[in-house]
Amino acid sequence: MKARVTVTLKNGVLDPQGKAIEGALKSLGVEGIDGVRQGKVFDIELGTADKTQAEAQLKAACEKLLANTVIENYRVEIV
Amino acid sequence: MKSAVIVFPGSNREGDMVRALKLAGSDAQKVWHAETELPKGTDLVVLPGGFSYGDYLRCGAIAGRATVMDAVRAHAARGGLVLGVCNGFQILCEAGLLPGILMRNANLKFICHRQFLKVERNDTAFTKNYAKGQAIDVCVAHGEGNYTADAETLKRLEGDGLVAFRYSDAHGNVTADANRNGSMNSIAGIYSDKLNVLGMMPHPENLIEDLVGGTDGRGLFESLVSSFGKAA
Repeated sequence: MKARVTVTLKNGVLDPQGKAIEGALKSLGVEGIDGVRQGKVFDIELGTADKTQAEAQLKAACEKLLANTVIENYRVEIV
Repeated sequence: MKSAVIVFPGSNREGDMVRALKLAGSDAQKVWHAETELPKGTDLVVLPGGFSYGDYLRCGAIAGRATVMDAVRAHAARGGLVLGVCNGFQILCEAGLLPGILMRNANLKFICHRQFLKVERNDTAFTKNYAKGQAIDVCVAHGEGNYTADAETLKRLEGDGLVAFRYSDAHGNVTADANRNGSMNSIAGIYSDKLNVLGMMPHPENLIEDLVGGTDGRGLFESLVSSFGKAA
């Protein structure tokens, strides 16, 4: 089974990297960008075929390591 | 005093840290991150600076979950002293031993310069050889030192006197100009609730000899040693 975990900064947390990317897009003349927030994507291979078990394993992975829940949210998708 | 300096893959300041501890009169040895126990009789655990695990995922995230960190957590829970400098501070935050997190510097630049710090209190094992309000001259060298915490945590840190050092000018004035990484409330270092864990971004171990331009960092190591007595 494959899964994708997306980790993003919580609302209100300053994201200087996103700001820099936003500035770079503007300087490249890409129009219509009102804001950029940078995050991370993890594509994960799981040994199990059981969706409930996979979700529990992915939640543990996010809580223990992939996201720092002080500043980040995570989203899990089985793909 | 017996010190254990933990070495992770990518640590690079452990040598300077051991030297600073020994100069102050501590017995100091390096301990590899895969160990499950600290050396018997360890009084102080130090997490040195560097780029553990190449700063992969988040600074300090992987080191914060290393095998040896369970022993470090147990040592801290017993009231044992723990010092984390630079990457060590990031590791302490990721390991849950200190609140908050160190984010990318506000101006996105790696900063590397001499920096004055205001000593917020001098009644802890780490700062008793300094004066309260003293400005000490040390160094900073980091890309992710922008201390960030939620409003409630910040209020608790301030209310309980857990801010150890703030970025200041040479006279101890905490100014916006002195806060080059954008840290909330100009925070350069914080204590745990029981004041036995200190995390700080600046490097006191860099300024311990006149030969390299200053000795203000010595006070921190000498404070620690004076709490325990010198190694035989």
